[in-house]
Amino acid sequence: MNLFYGHRRYVEMIPDAPALAIDRLTVGYAGLPEPVLHEVSLVLPAGVRAALLGPNGSGKSTLLKAVAGLLRPRSGTIRIYGRPVGACHHRVAYLPQRGDVDWRFPVTVERMVLAGRYVHLGWLRRPGDEDRERVMAVLGKLGLEQLARRQISQLSGGQQQRALLARALVQEADLLLLDEPLSAVDVASRRIIDEALNELRNQGKTILMTTHHLDRIDEEFDLAFALQDGTLQQVAQTLPTLEGV
Amino acid sequence: MIDWLLEPFRFSFMQTGLTAALLVGITCATLGAYVVLRRMAFIGDALAHTVLPGLVVAYLGGWSLFGGALLAGLLTALGIGWVSRRGAVREDTAIGVLFTAMFALGILLMSRVRSFRDLSHILFGNVLGVRTVDLVQMAAIAAGVLLTLFLLHKELELTSYDPTYAEVIGLSADRMRMVLLVLLAFTVVACIQIVGVILTSAMLVTPAAAAALLTNRLPRMMGLATLIAIGSSLIGLYASYYADVASGAAIVLTCTAFFGLAWMIHTLRAQGTAG
Repeated sequence: MNLFYGHRRYVEMIPDAPALAIDRLTVGYAGLPEPVLHEVSLVLPAGVRAALLGPNGSGKSTLLKAVAGLLRPRSGTIRIYGRPVGACHHRVAYLPQRGDVDWRFPVTVERMVLAGRYVHLGWLRRPGDEDRERVMAVLGKLGLEQLARRQISQLSGGQQQRALLARALVQEADLLLLDEPLSAVDVASRRIIDEALNELRNQGKTILMTTHHLDRIDEEFDLAFALQDGTLQQVAQTLPTLEGV
Repeated sequence: MIDWLLEPFRFSFMQTGLTAALLVGITCATLGAYVVLRRMAFIGDALAHTVLPGLVVAYLGGWSLFGGALLAGLLTALGIGWVSRRGAVREDTAIGVLFTAMFALGILLMSRVRSFRDLSHILFGNVLGVRTVDLVQMAAIAAGVLLTLFLLHKELELTSYDPTYAEVIGLSADRMRMVLLVLLAFTVVACIQIVGVILTSAMLVTPAAAAALLTNRLPRMMGLATLIAIGSSLIGLYASYYADVASGAAIVLTCTAFFGLAWMIHTLRAQGTAG
């Protein structure tokens, strides 16, 4: 028997529902009267890799946080595979910018990535051999197997980002929300992350990531959305028009 | 040598003293790992002060002092958790506000009453004056705290270093913090009855702080902190017996010496890797 966090796991997804459907979403932070996002709507079909573009402060991170369930909408709805936020936590993985983790905490890379399994284990159950094997497999894929037993502060910025991605992969989420996974990342890490994301998309997973890198955007993404001043200004499939964003 | 080691423990007060010090040491050192890592070092001290109004009210009403202290401790712990939830007020600020308020309330109530000899004993404690009933109480609380830490290990660990990820998978970081605060309230109330405020605060912080300098795995840190607490209790009690000094103070200073040692090892290692 499993005692899941939040009590509501393994709600079936609604067949043919988009991976993410946001309808007139307004979100802000407590204490600020002006919302950061104003009536934003967006539909993300399952199995695409989408970019979320926009200048600093345009609300990209806020949008991802709302979908991840970290911010409650003031109005509007968010549907993930047809279900409300929090209906099935294991389906959504969120990679914050690196600042959210206490990197000095005494935990190894392996152990941090293992936390990706917790949503499947719930209360009282301990990770088993099978969970550990999945962790090692993913660490291998992301080129971190040599660093598995290091304490997490002993990684470079790019390696830390890969470790966070490893945790999301171990979670086996269907919708991945990535906040600037490629900023301040070395070339090798960028290539490894890029390959891993492609593989995920080919497996039918859906990826929504914020990025500043516009150079290879039409090669790397199927879809792009651009946020400006809290509203979703443009949805494009091919992107030469977005150079100015 | 064996005789020298065994001699103090022919006395039953030394035996109960040792048992008490070990129970306090093991519980505080393990829980202390979280206290140190989550930068809550201030809180043991704070909780120890906040039990005062509970003690006074219980004393005036003729109820159980332990019950009064526990109630006040739990109320403060929950109050701190509630005021600082979702980061509205920083935790150290919440602690500062609530503990001074509770302590002042205690003083206010005390100023209405005159004879108050029992309280000084409870606030300052005496390892060598422990009664069996205190020991049983402490053992029960130690078992409860350690069992909770064991069962909720992965959740407490994750919410300590990455509360955001915990929230995303439906695990409330605020609720886990509340669990820790309640465990702390139980531990502190039980400990100050036996060993007093200073030894309790020291045991919560010093062994865990020393262990943190020596390892970068949480379970190992808890184990090392426990060993340091046990070692300090033993050495402190021998010092108290043979050199005729206050037992609690001797235990605290031994802990501090271990911390100094750990700090030196850490510094030498850091120089080793740098050079």
